[in-house]
Amino acid sequence: MPKALSIRNLTKTYRNGFQALKGIDLDVEPGDFFALLGPNGAGKSTTIGIIASLVNKTGGEVSIFGHDLDREKDAAKACLGLVPQEFNFNSFEPVVEIVVNQAGYYGIPRRQAYERAERYLKELGLWEKRHETARTLSGGMKRRLMIARALVHEPQLLILDEPTAGVDIEIRRSMWAFLRKINAEGRTIILTTHYLEEAENLCRNIAIIDHGEIVENTTMKGLLGKLNVETFVLDLARPLAQLPQLPRHTLRWVDELTLEADIRKEDSVNQLFTDLAAADVQVLSLRNKTNRLEQLFMNLVKENRPS
Amino acid sequence: MNLRRNWIAFQTIVIKEVLRFMRIWVQTVLPPAITTALYFIIFGGLIGSRIGEMDGLRYMDFIVPGLIMMTIITNSYANVVSSFYGSKFQHHIEEMLVAPIPNALIILGFVAGGVCRGLTVGVAVTLVSLLFSPFSMHNLGVTLSVVLLTSVLFSLAGLINGIYAKSFDDISIIPTFVLTPLTYLGGVFYSITMLPEFWQGVSHLNPILYMVNAFRYGLLGVSDINLWLSYAIILGFIAALFSFSLYLLNKGHGIRN
Ligand SMILES: Nc1ncnc2c1ncn2[C@@H]1O[C@H](COP(=O)(O)OP(=O)(O)OP(=O)(O)O)[C@@H](O)[C@H]1O
Ligand SMILES: [Mg+2]
Repeated sequence: MPKALSIRNLTKTYRNGFQALKGIDLDVEPGDFFALLGPNGAGKSTTIGIIASLVNKTGGEVSIFGHDLDREKDAAKACLGLVPQEFNFNSFEPVVEIVVNQAGYYGIPRRQAYERAERYLKELGLWEKRHETARTLSGGMKRRLMIARALVHEPQLLILDEPTAGVDIEIRRSMWAFLRKINAEGRTIILTTHYLEEAENLCRNIAIIDHGEIVENTTMKGLLGKLNVETFVLDLARPLAQLPQLPRHTLRWVDELTLEADIRKEDSVNQLFTDLAAADVQVLSLRNKTNRLEQLFMNLVKENRPS
Repeated sequence: MNLRRNWIAFQTIVIKEVLRFMRIWVQTVLPPAITTALYFIIFGGLIGSRIGEMDGLRYMDFIVPGLIMMTIITNSYANVVSSFYGSKFQHHIEEMLVAPIPNALIILGFVAGGVCRGLTVGVAVTLVSLLFSPFSMHNLGVTLSVVLLTSVLFSLAGLINGIYAKSFDDISIIPTFVLTPLTYLGGVFYSITMLPEFWQGVSHLNPILYMVNAFRYGLLGVSDINLWLSYAIILGFIAALFSFSLYLLNKGHGIRN
């Protein structure tokens, strides 16, 4: 079975001479839920633009479900649905027409296009708005409109470039549920996001791109397993006079009612509490200082900074 | 399968284009009808009565074909240039670029949209002209084919303008500085036989002259120009403009980084 996406030595130099991609290799398996992460300006949207035929590549090869983008362009395009980072619909067109027209561009007859538009607009909670012009939608609704539009030709591979930017928490959760559902139906999904909690929640595999290079490409579990030390924040019941010395863990003051504790991978949280109890410290609550993926991400990106 | 897919995609572009200008008919269909009515009243009615005959016709009757043609030219052009530029500006051209639509089909779709606008406004103006001038049809085949081909030609020209345009100013420069002068000098308001020989010669370099005259021949049976030469020139321009716009889109000019 061919890869859902296969990228070899992809390079991109923009006309102004800026090298946005420096030779990227990437494979995504069919059925995967894949996170493509990286800081602002890393090259995520450039990569996605090339995959979607919106940006001309400088060198390298891309194939979608085995269809090479140069040699079998139409077949490759038919497999792909794109939710771009920037809004790119005609804001004066009614919502339903935007979706129906997109179906038409893929050769779906108009009646069938209306049926599908109805299905996806309903699933994304936009059916009531179908006759409104797109510019009257809220930001979160516009994102969902672009998701409906990307799905109307039922692509095998769906790429979403920051689909949850500017979307409220409730809708974000419902979008997660929706994406999980279409992934469970067998569609491959590639997602970029700056909310790492989102990537951790949804994705099974992950690549991190920085300065136009892939700096990490592994499973989500594998990556999280690389975190050697996790930092927890402890809220205390009583103010402490002095910082307790524990045998296995380093503690730091935040303020008199709050401590930070580093726990190495080989130590357990249980052990920390046993030691704290022995030192007569009572903990009210405990939380991660940062999201685990966030911590790893920061480490990776920092390593890659020119010093 | 491919043929069917392409046909549906083409239809979709045309429907989208027609709905676009019909949604804003107050800006797209109404103004040309009003402007042309004013031309008829002022040039045909008020001034024309003092001009007397032109090519053996009442001046009012003489300018009707030219004014209809002028309307078709400017509206075909304006429709495609603003629609294509708008789709670049708002990035919804990307909706077509991600889909398996050949570039030639994108061109044909936009051109068909321009032709629909040109013909819609052309019909509106023709209806207005009936208030001032009796209807006359010398040769239906010539009339329709010339209208259609001219509309295609200027839709293509508008498309190329739209491909190159980088700002809203860029979409009005060519119409103002090239299209309008060429139309006015293309024998809309006068027969070039009135001009001194030198200027007659210069006028023959103006492609619009051939279209206006071929159209006038279709309606009234009079022309300053050989009909077949007109067809040859119009078709030649269409072939050249189509190839050029296809070349630009294949290169991704102005639409792909
Ligand atoms: N049209 C362009 N011309 C020149 N440089 C560009 C162009 N588009 C993007 N770039 C540059 O290429 C680099 C990568 O941009 P890209 O949009 O791919 O980043 P990104 O990873 O998607 O970032 P973000 O998270 O902010 O969306 C950036 O440095 C950007 O300035
Ligand atoms: Mg981006």
